[in-house]
Amino acid sequence: MSHHIIEINNLEYIYPDKTKALSGLSFRILHGESVAIVGANGAGKSTLLSHLIGILVPTAGTVRIGDYPLTKQTLPHIRRTVGMVFQNPDDQLFMPTVFEDVAFGPLNLGLPLPEVEKRVMSALETVGAAHLRERPPYKLSGGQKRSVAIASVLSMLPDILVLDEPTAGLDAKARRQLIMLLKSFTHTKIIATHDLDLVLDLCERTIVLSDGAIIADRPTLQIFSDEGLLAQAHLEKPIGMQGCPICSIK
Amino acid sequence: MSKMESYWLDLKQLDEMAGNRTVLHRIHPCAKLLTTVIFLTVVASFSKYEISGLFPMFFYPIFLIILGELPLGPISNRVLLALPFVIFIGIFNPLLDQNPVVQFGPFFISGGWISFLSILLRFLLAVTAALILVATCGIDAIGMALLQLKVPKVFVIQLLFMYRYLYVLLEEFIRTIRAHSLRSFQGEGIRPRVWGSLLGQLLLRTIDRAQRIYQAMLCRGFDGEIRLIRQKKLVGMDIVYFLGWSAFFIIIRLVNVTQWLGTLLIGGY
Repeated sequence: MSHHIIEINNLEYIYPDKTKALSGLSFRILHGESVAIVGANGAGKSTLLSHLIGILVPTAGTVRIGDYPLTKQTLPHIRRTVGMVFQNPDDQLFMPTVFEDVAFGPLNLGLPLPEVEKRVMSALETVGAAHLRERPPYKLSGGQKRSVAIASVLSMLPDILVLDEPTAGLDAKARRQLIMLLKSFTHTKIIATHDLDLVLDLCERTIVLSDGAIIADRPTLQIFSDEGLLAQAHLEKPIGMQGCPICSIK
Repeated sequence: MSKMESYWLDLKQLDEMAGNRTVLHRIHPCAKLLTTVIFLTVVASFSKYEISGLFPMFFYPIFLIILGELPLGPISNRVLLALPFVIFIGIFNPLLDQNPVVQFGPFFISGGWISFLSILLRFLLAVTAALILVATCGIDAIGMALLQLKVPKVFVIQLLFMYRYLYVLLEEFIRTIRAHSLRSFQGEGIRPRVWGSLLGQLLLRTIDRAQRIYQAMLCRGFDGEIRLIRQKKLVGMDIVYFLGWSAFFIIIRLVNVTQWLGTLLIGGY
């Protein structure tokens, strides 16, 4: 099952305006792992995710997804393997109806129409959005948009899911539903987020980025117990680990 | 809500209408598109001073609005939005062409006024027909119809993207204007000096946003080919629709029905 493995080796990326965004990144994510990427604003999280799906090409170093190195030739294959859910669902939903939007990926894979319809309905049912299929995406609530954006990726049956700030802008209930949904997936998951409680719920491993470099790559609980490290990365212990403020006053 | 925002909502409403399921919506987009093209050609082909002959052409948009159960409000709003452009095109006609053409007692009406009125009528017909086409097909189905009619793919994709990015641009514009109005207390609109940086910002933000949408499309396997799910086949009804309307337009073009009816009602010459 090596096709679910992600291997990053000495990855370096410099933006065209000479800003160094990533330097010397190396890690390996195995099949079925759920890994969080955390760090301050501007630490390089989104830039790193963009490399996993070939939106950006490394200045130096290599990215391997499964058996394929990321090159122009392997890009179609890699984009079929890795499903990316963008930070802003409005960027991702561009077709006139939810159904057509979720069908966009499978149609591009060249699947026959009955198969496309089957995949779309199954993806929409997975995220609990089958009843929204005829609605135009811009009319949905934030939580519904997020669910549909995830369905639009699931319909391509990716092996690896990459999510950028999945809980940004969601209310408490929608956030909880999303966490339950992500928990039910068996995909390899990579989640870039500031929501450390989500990390606590979903990811057994956490990579901490600071100024474009990895400063820690350990089990989540270990990282969240290291207050010095968290402070260095401009982070705060998740609320779930902070203990009860009222009890501690007593 | 600013005027801009309400126009924006109207535009969205037009798209939503395309999802209705009336008899008219079920006609194949190709048939509707071709009928609209014939309609526009016939409307444009009337002579410069024609007014009475154009009136029977209104039967087409009125019939479609009723058949497609389209709401009048949003459609007429959009027609009005385009009106200033047409007034600019025709406004000099009465000045340039002062030949008296019609006489009512002591009053003369010049050819310029007649041709101006004729331009207005044609505009009304053309814009309404185009809006009805969008409201009963949706832009993606029109794209599909164009592809089926062998229009080069590159043009069709341009059209679809332009429509999609128009939304992006408008949304950014509304946000920018709102942010500006929240911090300008005199309520005197946007000063010329501010316009420069405002439009610059808007352009940069829209390019960024468009880039992100394009990336999202690439991530889902977009390769320059538009594939749509609503692949319909032409059936007998579609051909009847197209031929029926085309015949109607040509008859109206050849016979001045208004004049003929008038003659019928008030007797011969």
